[in-house]
Amino acid sequence: MSTAAPARPAFHRPAAVDEAVRLLAEHPEAVPVAGGTDLMVAVNYRLARPEAMLDLTGVAELREWADEGDAVRIGSGVPYARITAELAAVLPGLAAAARTVGSPQIRNRGTLGGNLATASPAGDGHPPLLATGATVEIASAAGARRVPIGEFFLGPKRSALRPGELVTAVTVPKAAGPQQFLKVGTRNAMVIAVCSFALALDPAARPIDDVRGTADYRRHALAVCAARALRRVWAAAHERSPR
Amino acid sequence: MTQPATGPAAATAAVTAIRVTMRVDGAEVAADVDRPGESLLSTLRDRLGLTGAKNACEQGECGSCTVLLDGDPVCACLVATAQCEGREVQTVVGAVPRPVRDAFVQRGAVQCGFCTPGLLVAVADLLRREPDPADARIREALAGNLCRCTGYEKIIDAVHTAAATMAGDRP
Repeated sequence: MSTAAPARPAFHRPAAVDEAVRLLAEHPEAVPVAGGTDLMVAVNYRLARPEAMLDLTGVAELREWADEGDAVRIGSGVPYARITAELAAVLPGLAAAARTVGSPQIRNRGTLGGNLATASPAGDGHPPLLATGATVEIASAAGARRVPIGEFFLGPKRSALRPGELVTAVTVPKAAGPQQFLKVGTRNAMVIAVCSFALALDPAARPIDDVRGTADYRRHALAVCAARALRRVWAAAHERSPR
Repeated sequence: MTQPATGPAAATAAVTAIRVTMRVDGAEVAADVDRPGESLLSTLRDRLGLTGAKNACEQGECGSCTVLLDGDPVCACLVATAQCEGREVQTVVGAVPRPVRDAFVQRGAVQCGFCTPGLLVAVADLLRREPDPADARIREALAGNLCRCTGYEKIIDAVHTAAATMAGDRP
């Protein structure tokens, strides 16, 4: 009877998470977009040609973070520039990683949610989230669920995110001690990581003074033992020709 | 606008495009975008004839297309135009104070000029936030703007000159 209407370009602009997941359920072809720093490259190079997109930049609740006492809950749409500017004191590892993402222009747009959903092994946000034991919050029309970061990544560009789901937030425990993020690339700026490393130290357990040694001696000896043990297990794991 | 188009209206041009209204350099503009992934850079240059933002890499690497979106520097090539509904875009035409532009000319910071509009926007944003930045801060702020001619030294000189001029202009 009626002929199909020509495909109409659609750009969905939800204002709330509820609306976003409902739209995604109704329009599974719609590609979610926030900062666009990955997706738009693919679109510009004709590697992707979405007939519909779901814009998350208008969802105010995704662009907020909240102090939850011993952790910070970061909305998936908070750009890296704000993580660096606003969260360096409580999440130094993540803030350091955020500062190495792309350029100022990229950090004004790119988000942790996009980093997670893309699940690239070069994602700068991932090492500090893994080192601190963060939790990923995911929403769909069926409800919300929480996934420990250690169970989120399934492989290069593969994650626990299912069709119809959106990453809505990441809860990151506040630093209990010093944290480090190191990234190797061809220069200091605008670099996709060749490899990267994050460390979060929890120094809550303190060595004691007693008849067998002072706390200072124990601290020093532990550092020597830890460095030696790490070098040895690394060498053992990467030996080219096992004896 | 999310319902599938049906009936006679589906055949008209009006429903096969996405109408986006935004402010560009202070003027209200409307653009009809025919695919959701059309970039702000394409819309500015190809639909609106506003060629201040330059098109080079289209992957956010070079910064030639830097514009301010609601006051923040972004690569126009990585913003979907449809994300700009109701938002404020400033290109090199509307974002850059005169002393910044003059300093680039005075200090020989322009050679081929292709990167210049993006650099001017990035420098304008830097000096608005930090009136007298040190070299390291300048380099960090301009890390997303590639120049293949100048070696950057003249550009950094120009930022200092612009900062000094603007400081002198303030009461």
